[in-house]
Amino acid sequence: MIHSLFMINSAGDIFMEKHWKSVISRSVCDYFFEEQQKANSPEDVNPVISTPHHYLIHIYRENIYFVAVCTTEVPPLFVIEFLHRVVDTFTDYFGDGGESAIKDNYVIVYELLEEMLDNGFPLATESNILKELIKPPNILRTVVNTVTGSSNLADTLPTGQLSNVPWRRAGVKYTNNEAYFDVIEEIDAIIDKQGSTVFADIQGVIDCCVKLSGMPDLTLSFMNPRILDDVSFHPCVRFKRWEAERVLSFVPPDGNFRLISYHVGSQNMVAIPVYVKPNISFREGGGRFDVTVGPKQTMGKMVESVVITCAMPKVVLNMNLTPTQGTYTFDPVAKVLTWDVGKINPQKLPNLRGNISLQSGSPPPESNPAISVQFKIQQMAVSGLKVNRLDMYGEVSKSSPKKSFTFEKYKPFKGVKYLTKAGNFQVRT
Amino acid sequence: MSNGGGSYNAQNDSRAGSTGEPDLGTEPTGGFFSADYKKHDDLKQMLDSNKDNLKLEAMKRIVGMVAKGKDASDLFAAVVKNVVSKNIEVKKLVYVYLVRYAEEQQDLALLSIATFQRALKDPNQLIRASALRVLSSIRVPVIVPIMMLALKDSVVDMSPYVRKTAAHAIPKLYSLDPEQKDQLIQVIEKLLADKTTLVVGSAVMAFEELCPDRVDLIHKNYRKLCNLLVDVEEWGQVVIINMLTRYARTQFLDPNQQDVIADEDKNFYGDEDEKDSEEEEEDEEKEKTPPKKPYMMDPDHRLLLRNTKPLLQSRNAAVVMAVAQLYHHIAPKSEVGLVAKALVRLLRSHREIQHVVLSNVATLTTIRKGMFEPYLKSFFVRPSDPIHVRTLKLEILTNLATETSISTILREFQTYVTSSDKDFVAATIQAIGRCASSISEVTETCLNGLVGLLSNRNEYVVAESVVVIKKLLQMQPDSHSEIIQHMAKLADTITVPMARASILWMVGEYSDRVPKIAPDLLRKMAKNFINEEDIVKLQILNLAAKLCITNPKQTKLLCQYVLNLAKYDQNYDIRDRARFIRQLVSPAGEKGALGKHAKKIFLASKPAPVLDSSFKDRDQWQLGSLSHMINQQASGYSPLPDFPAAAPDPTVRNVEVPMPWAEKTHKKKAGKPKKEAFYSDEEEESESESDSEESSSSSSESGSESESEDDSKSESGSDKDKKSDEEAESSSSSSSESESSSESESDSESESEPDTKPQKKAPPPKTKSSTKPKKEAKQEVSLLDLDDKIKENGDSIPSQAHDEKTDHTLLDTEVDVSSTSAPVPAPASALDVLSPSLASDLQGLSINDKTDTAISVTTPMFVSTTSHELLHRMTGEGLSANYRFTRGTCIYSTSMVPVELTFTNHTDSPVSNIRIGDKKLQAGMTLQEFPEIPSLPGGGSMSVSIGIDFKDTIQPANFQICTQDRKYNVSIKPPVGELFQAVTMSEADFTAQQSKLTGMNENSGKVSIPSQHNNSKTITARMSELANVAPVSSSQDGIYRFAGKTVSGGTLLLITVKVGEDNSASITVNCELMAICSMLVKEVKQKLSLA
Repeated sequence: MIHSLFMINSAGDIFMEKHWKSVISRSVCDYFFEEQQKANSPEDVNPVISTPHHYLIHIYRENIYFVAVCTTEVPPLFVIEFLHRVVDTFTDYFGDGGESAIKDNYVIVYELLEEMLDNGFPLATESNILKELIKPPNILRTVVNTVTGSSNLADTLPTGQLSNVPWRRAGVKYTNNEAYFDVIEEIDAIIDKQGSTVFADIQGVIDCCVKLSGMPDLTLSFMNPRILDDVSFHPCVRFKRWEAERVLSFVPPDGNFRLISYHVGSQNMVAIPVYVKPNISFREGGGRFDVTVGPKQTMGKMVESVVITCAMPKVVLNMNLTPTQGTYTFDPVAKVLTWDVGKINPQKLPNLRGNISLQSGSPPPESNPAISVQFKIQQMAVSGLKVNRLDMYGEVSKSSPKKSFTFEKYKPFKGVKYLTKAGNFQVRT
Repeated sequence: MSNGGGSYNAQNDSRAGSTGEPDLGTEPTGGFFSADYKKHDDLKQMLDSNKDNLKLEAMKRIVGMVAKGKDASDLFAAVVKNVVSKNIEVKKLVYVYLVRYAEEQQDLALLSIATFQRALKDPNQLIRASALRVLSSIRVPVIVPIMMLALKDSVVDMSPYVRKTAAHAIPKLYSLDPEQKDQLIQVIEKLLADKTTLVVGSAVMAFEELCPDRVDLIHKNYRKLCNLLVDVEEWGQVVIINMLTRYARTQFLDPNQQDVIADEDKNFYGDEDEKDSEEEEEDEEKEKTPPKKPYMMDPDHRLLLRNTKPLLQSRNAAVVMAVAQLYHHIAPKSEVGLVAKALVRLLRSHREIQHVVLSNVATLTTIRKGMFEPYLKSFFVRPSDPIHVRTLKLEILTNLATETSISTILREFQTYVTSSDKDFVAATIQAIGRCASSISEVTETCLNGLVGLLSNRNEYVVAESVVVIKKLLQMQPDSHSEIIQHMAKLADTITVPMARASILWMVGEYSDRVPKIAPDLLRKMAKNFINEEDIVKLQILNLAAKLCITNPKQTKLLCQYVLNLAKYDQNYDIRDRARFIRQLVSPAGEKGALGKHAKKIFLASKPAPVLDSSFKDRDQWQLGSLSHMINQQASGYSPLPDFPAAAPDPTVRNVEVPMPWAEKTHKKKAGKPKKEAFYSDEEEESESESDSEESSSSSSESGSESESEDDSKSESGSDKDKKSDEEAESSSSSSSESESSSESESDSESESEPDTKPQKKAPPPKTKSSTKPKKEAKQEVSLLDLDDKIKENGDSIPSQAHDEKTDHTLLDTEVDVSSTSAPVPAPASALDVLSPSLASDLQGLSINDKTDTAISVTTPMFVSTTSHELLHRMTGEGLSANYRFTRGTCIYSTSMVPVELTFTNHTDSPVSNIRIGDKKLQAGMTLQEFPEIPSLPGGGSMSVSIGIDFKDTIQPANFQICTQDRKYNVSIKPPVGELFQAVTMSEADFTAQQSKLTGMNENSGKVSIPSQHNNSKTITARMSELANVAPVSSSQDGIYRFAGKTVSGGTLLLITVKVGEDNSASITVNCELMAICSMLVKEVKQKLSLA
């Protein structure tokens, strides 16, 4: 399976390596560098590279290449998925998975890698379990550790791996018991020049933050579960109940996790909440740029945090624009125009217009750049998905004087939040 | 962690000068070296100190060096001493170091072994596991024997976590010493039999690494693996699914074969009859279906498909992909479409995942076009996609193009052509070319579009268009002279060699369509010949030769000129070509033999190129594999075998306990299959099938496939046979039954008669193989007796419990009696008929024995006499039915709850043909029906027994009771207490098991018991009334313990009632099934508080 792992930063430094079997010389990365040289951008490097004796499978995240070395046949997705899980764990532990975070916490990183993989085969990848084995750093603990010289390793050893709820640690206790559910939906769309929708799609996730004592067994039901067309679950969700009753029944992991991600059936019409009216034209030596944004089907909600980005052609030298609202920046190196619009006021539509100057001598570009739009709408799930209720199973009756360990006697605070935002929302001009 | 971070960066700084070098291991000289040396010195000092935090600090820095890939091997001696450190973190870091360097310093590494050996005996499972992990990771060949011992101990460890680690250690050990393979395979065999989800994934992984060919190890575990699959951790799922794909390819028939050979079958129609008889003997209702009969999927094959389907919902892309490839490779065509949706979902994921998924989808689309058609728009390219994703999407769109979708696709392509990424534009143009060639309706449109691109400002776009147009024109050269003219003109401006070469080739090929332009073009080219690229030069030569043949008047001289130029070219290919052409076109002497045929040689019509998907040939690799990704064989890749032509023996997957008699029958069968009368064979077959059906349905979901329905239908038929057989036997032995069963008895006798003949060859069950019938009879008798009990229960209530008990203990003595004198008709045949189900029954028992050593099923303490109404006589029009839970062992299957149905006819006229009709059961539940009652006389009543596998839920079983002309819907809802079987265990066992079932598996409550009932007798009586549990002897007063296990799943149930002062009692129920737990607590409370 996975033989070794190299982490390479954007400068081409191999700043960390880990071997699970015998040591493989880091010169194997030369093949990777070769491939990297050919690519135009860091994302363009082919994720699977075959070399005479090894196979390099890598992911690129947080400006780091995580290059796994394999020597034998292995499903590539297996490796890729695992690498992503590694980075997710880093992000979970250190707040971000970037180079400096990894370097600052290299001991924890090494310990994590040791726990996550044994002889190249994943051992413990559940964040809840790992956190019991290796405590994540936080400021207080760092201070305490420096003073007392104690360690990050847990004194007590975890039991979770051994129970039949492998994703939850035992003995969780909170003074404030709360469970928050964020229903986040993203609209992927391609809008053509005329403003008609070429392709639109809703992808949603339910992210949870569950801080409940004991072993709660939760049931989440929807008003309209039929909307969900294709769903993928966290392992904690009982699939059969979903199949039979369309309710989500689960014993949650402790803390933050993604409960489900879903896809809304394409038969439903997707309401596009904003429209963009672009008017871009080029001529010899310059051009005009005029973009207006407006709300469309927003169901009475405010469209917020609107950001419009546009990657201009390489021949564009500079842009001189005036926004009616918000601020704009043009990066003359990357040739990217970013317009931070903010909220859209339906009475006074935001507009950005002005002149484009081109490199002298070069012909004007033939095609107009695509515009990508970001926005957020609070308190609305564009698919219309609604959570019906959240039940905690097995709450002990009031009369019982004995405090049972299994079902703590508490009333948890429950909250559901809806959010719609733009995913890959692109307007062709 | 600030201190740790500091040191990592400090190291960074100290070697700032060399960060650019890729290899930091081989480093400095002079000053650097001594500085380094000193630094290591102080590390050594820190390690030798007796302060833990200094040691920790030193270890952190050393790990930092290891992480950076810097050599720290000279510290080995200093580090290895600390392996005994009490500080867990120091210890852990030492482990990290040890694993990295032990290989290089083997002698010193041996010093640490004793520590691990000690740790292997540690009471804490995690310490044992980590010791095993490190021990197996230090690659020192000397310790192989020690590792082997440790491994063998760990495989039978109590803790599944340790066993999992042991599974991981197997490949490590194997890579260290391949000689151990045989021993290791034995270990794997043991691990594969493990029933813990934590272990099986790793066990299969070890299996895959060591001995993927040993299919025989999988047979026995196949069904278990399928059923556990959903609960295995995700990485294990991937490995298991991949392994099962290969397994299915070797063990099952091709589900799509029928379509392929359908035509052939008709030709062989005449042979059918001959074949039939043979086939029946081999494999009656299974795979090898005679023509005309629909293909029947092996239930195990279906089981695999059904159990993997929910995994498409996994969040892990690798699992989804594994299921997708499983469906692609082994599912019937009609079902593969299922996976499309899940694969499309993965496209939302990380870019690398997209890449892999798309390349697999690309292969799928070359074979299964329709599958992804509904998702066409999901493959539209976005500007943010990296180039490799874009090209893959283009590939897929092209593959998906059909007459209906082509317009959408072309419109989409149009926008891509304007992209600023030139490579992408080129790829798009090629894609358009492919669409044009594959769909004739749009060829014209595409061609026009491409011609339009010829006036594009970008040269690469033009060049690519030229090349594509050339290919398209070659397919239909007529009536396109304009385009050729247009392109000939382009030759002046375009500079891309490939495009120029294409133009020249085309003008030469179709020079008759542009008679004026062609010679002129040659003239221009000749002028500039020496500055052209090689590929263009070759085409100039071609053009010259072709023109010289068709139009010698104008071009002869030009041709000579070009040939002369080429004669002195630097490139030998061109010189060669020139010589070759000269001989053909203008031979030096008289016209040679070749010269005459020059025209035929040069101007023969050439076949048009076929524009195919580059993913066409990737089909040969297993989908989702690395080899598929890189389109070449990766080391360690084993190609998927083809489906076998004839199905291998499906009975190998039946789980049996090795018993002498079982082996014997098996051998006999395999030895001379032809001589055996096929009746017995068929019985055997149907038995095994029903067996597998049970297991397969045990974890099924609601998905109703037509095939599985077929299955169950055919099976219920065969089931009936079997049942009537059993029934017949029981009735004949108990000899106290109604006419109806005696009827069936005669039936069964006539059936079994032909059977006895071939059996004569085997020694009659008397002396030699006396063990055989003994065991057999033993089981039989116990079953039959129970059966009797069930039937007699109605009248003989009071001494019931006692009776049963003696029965149990006296079994052995009874055995002898029955084996010698039991009035069982044709014992030999009965043996054959019953053996598989008995075997599985026994298996069920023996598994339990293995897991919880001292727990054994016992007879119920109490059997309720109250029966519940199933069918009221008003609704039943005179026929009433009651049901009662008999708490015995079900005669049909150990996982079923036996239920006794009593039918009473309140009318005067007989009711005939009472039977069970449609069953509407919850997923997973099974119901074994009773044999049809042919007739129930007026005023008479009759009891029959059925078995229901409730799957440990209290979901009601709904079914129909049918009479000759009516149907009544009825339902049986089990009280929770009836889902159990009483088991006996020692107090110690009880507490041990209880400690395992804490946390969410424990539920408790308080109740006050009325004082007049607060005595052990009443409590015990009440408890056993409530649920089928047995009391556990208790050494403490006031604590009553009861134990049972669920009938279907064998899950342990422990109830503790602790009676305190003032008649209050606390009740604790431990059971893995949480729902049952809480229900029981409630019920126990109610029961005990009754006045």
